[in-house]
Amino acid sequence: MAGVQVSNVSRSFGAHKALDDVSIDFADGGFYALLGPSGSGKTTLLRQIAGFDFPDSGRISIGGESVERVPVEKRRIGMVFQNYALFPNMSVADNVAFGLSVRGEAKVVIATEVQRALDLVQLGTLGARRPHQLSGGQRQRVALARAIVTKPRVLLLDEPLGALDKALRVDMQIELKRIQREIGITTIFVTHDQEEALTMSDRVGILRDGRLVQEGPPEEIYDRPKTEFAATFLGDANIFRGDSTGNGIRLPDGTAIEAGAGPTLAAGAKASCAVRPERIGIATDTGAPDTTNDNVLKGQVSKRIFAGNNSTYFVERAGQTLKVIVQNTGADRLAEGQEVVLRWSPESTVLLPAG
Amino acid sequence: MATTRILEWLGRLYIWLLLAFLYLPIIIMALMSFNVSPFYQLPFEWTTEWYGSLWQNDQLIAATRNSIEIAIITTVICVVLGSAASLALFRYEFRGKKFLQALLFPPIAIPWLITGTAMLIFFFGVGIGRGLFAILLGHVALALPYVIVVVSARLQTFAPELEEAARSLGANQWQVTRRVTLPWIMPGVIAGGLFAFAVSFDQFVVSYFLATPGQTTLPVEIYAAIRKGFTPEINAVSTIIIVVSMALMLLTARFFKFGGEK
Repeated sequence: MAGVQVSNVSRSFGAHKALDDVSIDFADGGFYALLGPSGSGKTTLLRQIAGFDFPDSGRISIGGESVERVPVEKRRIGMVFQNYALFPNMSVADNVAFGLSVRGEAKVVIATEVQRALDLVQLGTLGARRPHQLSGGQRQRVALARAIVTKPRVLLLDEPLGALDKALRVDMQIELKRIQREIGITTIFVTHDQEEALTMSDRVGILRDGRLVQEGPPEEIYDRPKTEFAATFLGDANIFRGDSTGNGIRLPDGTAIEAGAGPTLAAGAKASCAVRPERIGIATDTGAPDTTNDNVLKGQVSKRIFAGNNSTYFVERAGQTLKVIVQNTGADRLAEGQEVVLRWSPESTVLLPAG
Repeated sequence: MATTRILEWLGRLYIWLLLAFLYLPIIIMALMSFNVSPFYQLPFEWTTEWYGSLWQNDQLIAATRNSIEIAIITTVICVVLGSAASLALFRYEFRGKKFLQALLFPPIAIPWLITGTAMLIFFFGVGIGRGLFAILLGHVALALPYVIVVVSARLQTFAPELEEAARSLGANQWQVTRRVTLPWIMPGVIAGGLFAFAVSFDQFVVSYFLATPGQTTLPVEIYAAIRKGFTPEINAVSTIIIVVSMALMLLTARFFKFGGEK
């Protein structure tokens, strides 16, 4: 086991900067998600850590040892590929045994270790099968067993759940997390699925255009995003744009929005505020609103989407569509076209620099 | 309903006519190789006399041995060189790769007569001259593109992540190739090898240009024999060749599935 340090890594392909001065410290034994849209550089970064590709500049170390020029086969990493990449000409057991076998381990050792790995992923009885006889979820487990049986220093996962259907994906998320805890291996997980990143990881790094946008525990990024991109990519957010008032913004129509979090920005500078849809209260318009502490806006419901346990309201306000999510408490539901008052606390509002 | 039945019947007739067109001459020749009369006279009388006298024909046997030896050596060389070339074209990006790949196809399309002439002139120019060694070189050059094309086609169905997965598990280049890549392309390699064998064994034009009186191959020897005067021995040897060739082609069809799963 070992931590991974990526320091100032850059990598270009022709004129395209795939990674631009990225630094991340992956703690020993942690579960880390690299989140970003396609083309953000997250897979490129994973391939640099794996050793399939080398950085143009910067350093990568695993367990304190510099590896940025060490090829993948000498890095002692385990990797799970998006489409599993199981060897079709080998049985499940031979697939799992491959890493030990190329190392020249004794047959007895290999058999024991393979069985232990298969048991760990709950496929103990399927060793004799061929990959094409397995379901997607089972292949996923074989790929995982194959990657960890060699006791690698770090486990790398490239969108490993992308090919599974929704229900199976949730099962595998829990399973993956369990196995990771059980063997305590440093795990780096590439995904474009924000939910996966939120539910599975101890820390999340958000990448965009080859740069690290924000990095931290998922709760912190969700509650305290530092940019509009981070706010909208990890979870949903209503973004208001206006001029900074120091501790909030003033919208073009003069309405003030107070923010309880975020950096201190010079008054008058362009700025925005982010508010999560579930933090906003919605009520029918009953005359003069009480504006003691809260941020208050008036609007009109343009659409309601009922999803059982909650409802999403789209509220039109000064040319902007705001999103509000309300838990189903059995209270009166609002109709489309209704005038409403939106209300939320400054603590739920994050001030962001413009851009 | 009636129309469908007629169409079905016509379709079946068409297939039979097609097969007759393809196989009737061959079947007649094979039958005549077992007929007593050397002049195609009927009624048919069974004999294996011509196969017996074939056995006595030292020239024909020597030519047959040359043909088989050259075909086997051609196959081995082409399979090794061709598979290695296909792997290189698959794995690596380098300058002029597209151009090189495009250059692989014309030799298949250029008439053998022209290739043969060019080889004859070239081999004389560089001092190799004619003979079995020249024939072998010529056959390798003719068969190599087929192997590369067939193995490359098989490689198109290979997922490069498999090599990456093997490397991530600590396998070096040789282990990756031997344990992951080769097993996958093996059907293509076998099919390519059978192609190479067939191209060499059936080759007449280029062999004819490069053969010398003592050093010749079976097709060239047959041609020479026919020019001297037809004998039923030729029917006999042709029948043997047809059986061997068809067996090879059936094997090829068995192994060679473009883009197919096992």
